[in-house]
Amino acid sequence: MLGHLEVNPIMTPRSAPAAIEAQGLEKTYGASVRALDGVSFTVPRGTIFGLLGPNGAGKSTTVKILTTLSRPDAGSASVAGVNVLKHPSEVRRVIGCVAQKNGVDLEASARENLALQGRLYGMHGTDRRRRVDELLARFELSRDADRPARTFSGGMLRKLGVALGLVHRPAVLFLDEPTTGLDPVSRSDVWAEIRRLAREDGLSVLLTTHYLDEADHLVDRLAIIDAGRVVTEGTPDHLKSELRGDAIHVALDAESSLDAGRQALGRLNGRLRDLSIEGTTLHARVDDGASAVPNVLALLDGAGARVRTVTVSRPSLDDVYLKHTGRTFGAAHEGDSR
Amino acid sequence: MSTLVMQPAYVSARYLRALWRQPLYVVMQLTQPLIWLLLFGQLFKNVAQLPGFGGASYIDYLAPGVLVMNTLFSNGWSGTAYIVDMERGVLDRFLVAPARRSSFLIGQLAYWAVLTTIQSIILIGIALLVGARFAGGAVSLLALIAGAVLLGLSMASFSNALALRLRQQETVIAANVMLVLPLCFLSSTFLPTTLMPEWIQTVARYNPVNWAVEIGRQTLAAGVDWGIVLSRLGWLAALAALLGWLAVRSFRAYQRSV
Repeated sequence: MLGHLEVNPIMTPRSAPAAIEAQGLEKTYGASVRALDGVSFTVPRGTIFGLLGPNGAGKSTTVKILTTLSRPDAGSASVAGVNVLKHPSEVRRVIGCVAQKNGVDLEASARENLALQGRLYGMHGTDRRRRVDELLARFELSRDADRPARTFSGGMLRKLGVALGLVHRPAVLFLDEPTTGLDPVSRSDVWAEIRRLAREDGLSVLLTTHYLDEADHLVDRLAIIDAGRVVTEGTPDHLKSELRGDAIHVALDAESSLDAGRQALGRLNGRLRDLSIEGTTLHARVDDGASAVPNVLALLDGAGARVRTVTVSRPSLDDVYLKHTGRTFGAAHEGDSR
Repeated sequence: MSTLVMQPAYVSARYLRALWRQPLYVVMQLTQPLIWLLLFGQLFKNVAQLPGFGGASYIDYLAPGVLVMNTLFSNGWSGTAYIVDMERGVLDRFLVAPARRSSFLIGQLAYWAVLTTIQSIILIGIALLVGARFAGGAVSLLALIAGAVLLGLSMASFSNALALRLRQQETVIAANVMLVLPLCFLSSTFLPTTLMPEWIQTVARYNPVNWAVEIGRQTLAAGVDWGIVLSRLGWLAALAALLGWLAVRSFRAYQRSV
């Protein structure tokens, strides 16, 4: 493939362009729906990068722009060093895309789906047939290769969807919510496969997800995206280590006064940080969670607040999300349906 | 150069393969016009004795019209395939591929042209079996098939445009049903224009369905009026081009909206 050679000249790793570079992407749908409000991030080569955020945060819009499906109102982007806005057809040759909806033609067999995909990418004869067989074997679809895809399970369709994105041996792979709607077993299968793609095949992967555990287990780096903006970016460990101490979550009885509880805990100022309220739950950070619990309970008891549960945990991505957006990930998810 | 031809061919092959796997659908597609032909042929048998039919049997008279009506009904489904592809993410997958945008529209229209041709040949065969005689000869029948294909492409493009803009299965199907019968009744499909009220005669003159039926009518008489055949083919080609252009515009509008 000529395009492939042109955009991937042999370079030293130091000077190789990033897999993806997004600069100030903005996009408004219709008159007022602001989907992206200046999204910027960089995906280094050969890494798995996660865009984490609730539905409607702007993840899919970002992916659509980077994969040439949609154009931004402002900003710029490059994939594998190729400008997405200026040379969309060159970008198309080097990227693979797996949409949320799989993109599988259910009336055709797995083999026919893969063969047509290969043809659309200009693959010929034996090369195409070999590649199709290889992918069928790799995704354990060989035995069912000639059945119509409409007879496939959700897990099989997802595997076929990923295989479709790989037919032309892309350098950068986009996965939009790769495990949404999958059962736990299929989910860990897909995770294992994505890891293998990055480690063994040297692919750069950008995946969007609204699962915290997916981001935590799978990605090398991630950006948290909220209301069309990147609120923070880094490795999962780094983001968590920025939060000093443990997270403490205290759920109060519905009748208890949250304000009284909050005021009571205010007396621990200095030890407790980032105190916030969500529903009937108080969130805070504390240096040594376990030793702080007796104090917290005593203070709340003194204020007449009845405690239902207390949880102390090492910092999680949920805490990172809370710190940067002011709400927990679960609450953001429920409150947003777009 | 080869992608110019091959990419649409791959797209056509995809639809033909899907059709091949649903033989029952093909049978149903062909049963419907057969029912029209036999039912109307019997019901209006004696209508042919009225002046204006030129002494032909009603089955002869009806056969070209039913062929045209069948073309409209089946091509009107075209847009539904796009809606299914949108819902399953297939269309977006195609748009991310480095293939020509036009290949997807052209390939699908080529499929409809092939399907219309096959259906027309089978229908002409059936008409012959039930006693229709086409005195105009083979070339006039080819002209009829060409006219049907052009009208079918117009209908398919219109259906595609609706689908790409409205993205609702129900709307596309309803539009098909709503359009086809009135368009047929406002043409000489069932009755010669001389027996129609004047206002319908006027409407029929500008009705593309009538253009195709008029070509069909020429297949019945020994002395084919090639002036009528060629002019109607020309008008139908122009209409197909216009609606094809509309579908291309709608395809671009869809791309902008994703």
